Amino acid sequence: MKRFGAWGMTFLVAAAVAVVSVAGTSYYMQSYSRNRLIVSTTTSLFDTGLLDEIETHFEKAYPINLNFISMGTGLALRFAERGDADMILVHAPSKEFPFLEEGYGLCRKIIAYNFFTIVGPETDPAEIEGLSPEEALTKIMDAGRSGEAKWISRGDDSGTHTKEKEFWTSTGFDVTVLQKENWYIEAGAGMGKTLQIAEEHSAYTLADMGTYLKYYHENLITLKVLVSQGQPLLNVYSAIAVNKTLHPSTNLDGAINFTRFLVSEEGQQIIKNYGQDMYGQNLFHPAVELLKEETDQTLVQWIQEYAFLNGYECPPEYQDEHQELYN
Amino acid sequence: MFGEILEGLRKALELIISIDPTVVQITLRSIYISGTATLLSVLWSLPLGITIGLRKFPGKNFVKSTFNALIGVPTVALGLVVYLILSKQGLLGSLHLLYSPIAIMLGQALLVSPILVSFIASAVEAVDPQIIDLAKTLGASELEASVAVLNESKDGVLLAVISGFNRAIAELGIALMLGGNIVGWTRVLTTTIALETGRGNLSIAIALSVILLLIVSAVSTLTNLIRRRR
Repeated sequence: MKRFGAWGMTFLVAAAVAVVSVAGTSYYMQSYSRNRLIVSTTTSLFDTGLLDEIETHFEKAYPINLNFISMGTGLALRFAERGDADMILVHAPSKEFPFLEEGYGLCRKIIAYNFFTIVGPETDPAEIEGLSPEEALTKIMDAGRSGEAKWISRGDDSGTHTKEKEFWTSTGFDVTVLQKENWYIEAGAGMGKTLQIAEEHSAYTLADMGTYLKYYHENLITLKVLVSQGQPLLNVYSAIAVNKTLHPSTNLDGAINFTRFLVSEEGQQIIKNYGQDMYGQNLFHPAVELLKEETDQTLVQWIQEYAFLNGYECPPEYQDEHQELYN
Repeated sequence: MFGEILEGLRKALELIISIDPTVVQITLRSIYISGTATLLSVLWSLPLGITIGLRKFPGKNFVKSTFNALIGVPTVALGLVVYLILSKQGLLGSLHLLYSPIAIMLGQALLVSPILVSFIASAVEAVDPQIIDLAKTLGASELEASVAVLNESKDGVLLAVISGFNRAIAELGIALMLGGNIVGWTRVLTTTIALETGRGNLSIAIALSVILLLIVSAVSTLTNLIRRRR
């Protein structure tokens, strides 16, 4: 039974390689994980490349290893509730409030804002160009019901999808009814994919400016921006740290440091400039100075109405001895 | 459409010829993670496959068809199950394995196990039963008889391992869910393809797909060569 040796050896070598490989990785992992900050983030901040830019600057200043996990806001919140992230970057205030109130989040800080846009085919069959957001939505629905237009919904429980549902509701329509009508199509996909579906169907959809510009400049879509201003289209991004009392192993200090960086002059400047060289316009507007100096009364009021909880961006009981963030 | 694919092919050629360091890193990481995953799976799939193939036991057909069915398990479904186990609140949460290469290795090792077990069991079953009898009459123990059978089914076992590796390196769901697509850490070929597609960089996505295809076909060709040489 000479062959027994050869097979035994092969098996042993395979086993040894597997074990050494796993052991080596876990050894390396320990040093890697020492100062790791896991940030689960909404896709619109990540896919535009803004966070890559922020990471480069942040890691120069702090000995912290930033790990971004990109997912829809709904999923990001769920993962953070389970303690699988140290911090979240999201844009759905109506979902962020319960996250704070149920004790999962701390030190919420509004970092940026921009406006969603209603985009659609150049022919604009529902004739919405330049209208107010509410009028536009009503006209799209009318055109949809008479078979002249279609609406693509994200349908993936992301921040943009949450916004879209709130928008239909505030305009006076019941989304659960619309969902059953054949002009209202649920994509169940990310922003990029949804834009491409809208392109294929010559349909209208709600898009974040960053992803839209990217796809438009890459010639992947010909859809036009038709409505882009107005309170219902306001989009507010915030950073929330995960509560350490619920999940003792989370990196709260790292999260606070990253929040400090995001609201610092340097962080806000990066947000302000991002996109200028590629699209000739910025994709996000920094929010810190605006809220502090109240340079634009209307805008500040909109943000307060939409994204403040009990009159605060973060009520004192959730500030966790980091009041300095709010002065 | 063809324009984009051609552009992608051109880009692929460019990335390969220029030996783009990021691409090389991502490619090597993919091979390393999925290779380790496959070897890990061999550790339990080989004994399991041989046992199922050789032994006769009640419910054998049921066991075999279960493994056959599991070959088609959606990667996201398996990814979700392993995520729940590795999550902080999960069974192995205290090990902090989530969003690491090891998490992907574990997930992919589980993913390819049904392929390995099924293929190995079939290969072993296909061996002429007389060989076992012969070995036993010559005084071989149960283990030695298994080795004799294994010698006769080498090609089948090799095919099983290669198929497992190809499935592991080409899957997305597990790598994305358990690895998180973190730059320089858990970013592999498939997750980069998904990311670049999402970002609208179609030509890079196609270029990376071409590289992935090249790896898979290179591995398959290599196996064929080894088999023919013998």
